[in-house]
Amino acid sequence: MAEKRYVRAVNEALCEEMERDPAVCLLGVDVGAPGGPFGATRGLQERFGPQRVRDTPISEAAVVGLAIGAATLGLRPVVEIMFMDFLALVMDQLVNQAAKMRYMTGGQAKLPLVVRTQTGYRDSAGPQHAQSLEAWLTHVPGLKVVMPSGPCEAKGLLKAAIRDDNPVIVVENRTLYALAEEVPDGDYVLPLERAAIKREGRDVTIASLGVMVREALAAAETLAERGISCEVIDLRSANPLDLQTVRASLEKTNRLVIAHSATRCGGVGAELAAALGEEAFYMLDAPITRVGAAFAPIPFSPPLERAIVPDRTAIIAAVEQVLAP
Amino acid sequence: MPAEEIDRVLARRLLATMQLIRAFEEAVRDHFAARHIPGFIHLSIGQEAVAAGLASALEREDYLYVTHRGHGHVIAKGADLKRVAAEIFGKASGYCRGRGGSMHIAAFEVGVLGANGVVGAGLPHAAGAAWALQLQGRPQVAVAVFGDGAVNTGLFHETANIASLWRLPLLLLCENNGYAEFTPLSVHAAVESVAERAAAYRLPAWRVDGQDPLAVRATVREALGRVRAGEGPALVECLTWRVRGHYEGDPQRYRSSTELEEAVAHDPLRLFAGRLRREGLLNEAEEAELAAQARQAVAEAIAYAQEAALPDPASALEDVLYQPSGAG
Ligand SMILES: Cc1ncc(C[n+]2csc(CCOP(=O)(O)OP(=O)(O)O)c2C)c(N)n1
Ligand SMILES: [Mg+2]
Repeated sequence: MAEKRYVRAVNEALCEEMERDPAVCLLGVDVGAPGGPFGATRGLQERFGPQRVRDTPISEAAVVGLAIGAATLGLRPVVEIMFMDFLALVMDQLVNQAAKMRYMTGGQAKLPLVVRTQTGYRDSAGPQHAQSLEAWLTHVPGLKVVMPSGPCEAKGLLKAAIRDDNPVIVVENRTLYALAEEVPDGDYVLPLERAAIKREGRDVTIASLGVMVREALAAAETLAERGISCEVIDLRSANPLDLQTVRASLEKTNRLVIAHSATRCGGVGAELAAALGEEAFYMLDAPITRVGAAFAPIPFSPPLERAIVPDRTAIIAAVEQVLAP
Repeated sequence: MPAEEIDRVLARRLLATMQLIRAFEEAVRDHFAARHIPGFIHLSIGQEAVAAGLASALEREDYLYVTHRGHGHVIAKGADLKRVAAEIFGKASGYCRGRGGSMHIAAFEVGVLGANGVVGAGLPHAAGAAWALQLQGRPQVAVAVFGDGAVNTGLFHETANIASLWRLPLLLLCENNGYAEFTPLSVHAAVESVAERAAAYRLPAWRVDGQDPLAVRATVREALGRVRAGEGPALVECLTWRVRGHYEGDPQRYRSSTELEEAVAHDPLRLFAGRLRREGLLNEAEEAELAAQARQAVAEAIAYAQEAALPDPASALEDVLYQPSGAG
C-alpha cells in the first residue's frame, strides 16, 4: 500500500489490466506517446507498444464505433474521451449501438468495452468543458456508469469496468487527479454496483456522487462540530443505483440529502429521490432534498461558476433544511 | 469476361443465390402487405447481384456488417433461411430472438455481425473488427456494406481515414443505388463517384457494374487480394438499381415511370440468366428448376416462421446486460 494520486491510480489500473489480459487495449486522442492529456496513460505505449495503445485522430464517434467492433471480436478496448462534454459526439455509438448490441442481437454479441472520460469541478473550464452529463447515460438501458470519487475508487472501479462484459462508462474527475491517498497495490477491484458508506452518522444521510462525495465529507465535518451527525454515502455508480445501501441508511436517519455536481433538473438525484419516494416514503421524516447545479450552462468566470455549481455550503444548507422542525 | 472463362458451377451458384434472395424478398413483400410481418421493410430487389457477388468472394470466417437493406447479404453469407425468416416475423427462434427484426438482423454463426438502423453507424464497427483481426494476427477480413447515402455521414470519412492510416484489413463496399431514401444522388452528393471520394484517403477504389454478379465477384476478389496481403483497406463501389421503394409502401412518386422501367430493365437475375443461356451454360428448363428450388426453400422458411412461437413476454428483460451467471 502506498500513497498515490488519483491519476496515478488510473494509470496503475490500466497497466495492471493490460498486463493481466492481452485483450485489453487503449484508444484515444494523445493516449500514446504523449501519455494522455492528463497523464493517465503515461508510459503505457512504451510498455505495451503502439498496437495496444493507439493514438487516434479526433474522430470520437468512429473511435467508439471501432471499440464496439473490436469488443465484438473479443478485444477489451478502453477508449479515452478527453472531456465528458465530447460524449455528445459519440451518443449514437453509445446509445443506439453499444447499449443495444447485446439485446438486439438476441444475446449473440458480448461487448466488454470501457469509455473513460472526465469532468471537472469549479476550475473555470467553461461551458463546453465542465459538464456532468451522466444522467444522459443512466437513462439508457444497457450501459453502466461509474464516477470514482477518489484514488481508491479510480483504481478499483476502473479495474472492475475493464473486467465487466458490458459497456461501462467511467467518469473521472480532473480536479481530483492530483489528490493522493493510500491505494492498495495489485489486484484491488471494487464492485460496480455497490455504494460505500464513507462516514457513519445518525441524523441525516447524504448520498453523493463523484466529486461531491468530497464536498459531502467536508460538510459532514463542519456539521459534526455543531452536533449534527451525517452519514455520507458514495454512490460510486450512477447506474445501476444501489438503492439498498441508501435505504438501509435511511432506516437509521430518516432524512436524505442527495448531492451531485450535475444539473439538478433531470439528474441522477431525481431518479434516486423518485425511487426512494416510491419505496421508502414511510421512512422519511422530511422531504428528500437535492443539491445540484442550477439550470444554466457552466460559466467561465469563478464567481459565476460558483453561483451555478454547488459546494459544501449548499450541502450544509440542505442538511439544515431537512432537520428543520 | 469471355464465355470460356465463366465457370459453369460458379455461375449457377451465383444465379441460385440471387434467385433465393429474390424469392425470399418477394415472399417478405407479400407477407408484409398481408400484415403478417410487423414494423417496416426495406427490400433489395434489383440489387441481388451485389450480395451474391460479394458473398461468393468471401470466406465463411470473414466478417460482414450490413445495412437496413441487408436481407440479401445475410442470405448470401449462408445464414439459415428459417431463422432469418423467423426474425423478420418477430419470432423467438429468429436469429435475434425477435429483438432485431428485418432492420437489425445479425447472424454471428456465419459472420454477419449486424445490420444497422442508423445510416453509416456500422462502418466503424467493421473497422473495429478489422482492427481486432489485425491485433490478433488472424487472416480474415471485415467488410462494411453501406449505401450511397451513408457516404455523406461523418462516420464514413472518419472510418476511411482511420482504416487507411492503420492499414486495416477492411473492405468498404458501397451499394450505390442512386438514392438515399427519396433523394437522388445528384441532390445529396457533391461528388457523383464514391470511388473518387475514397481517393482522398488513399483508398484503392473500384467502380463496378453491380448488376453483374461475376463482375462484382471479380472486383471484390481483386480488392480483397490487396486487403488480405496486408496492404490496407479498399473500396468497391457497385452501381446498382433499386426497384422497389425505399421501404415497402413507398409509392415512389419521386421517380418517373421511365426511370422505374429502366430499373426493371436492369434486373440482374434476368440479365445474368439470359447471358448464361446465350453462352450455353444453362437452358430454360434448368433455369426454371433453379428458380423452383429457391421458391421451395423460401416456402419452407416462411412456413417455419409463420408457425414458430412468438417470444415469451417474460423474456423481454433478458440480455439487457450480459450476466455471467447466465441469469439473462
Ligand atoms: C443517421 C440516419 N439518418 C436518417 C435515417 C433514415 N434513413 C434510413 S435509410 C436512409 C437512406 C439511406 O440511403 P443509402 O445509404 O443510400 O442506402 P439505401 O437505402 O439506398 O440502401 C435514410 C435517410 C437513418 N436511418 N439514419
Ligand atoms: Mg442508396
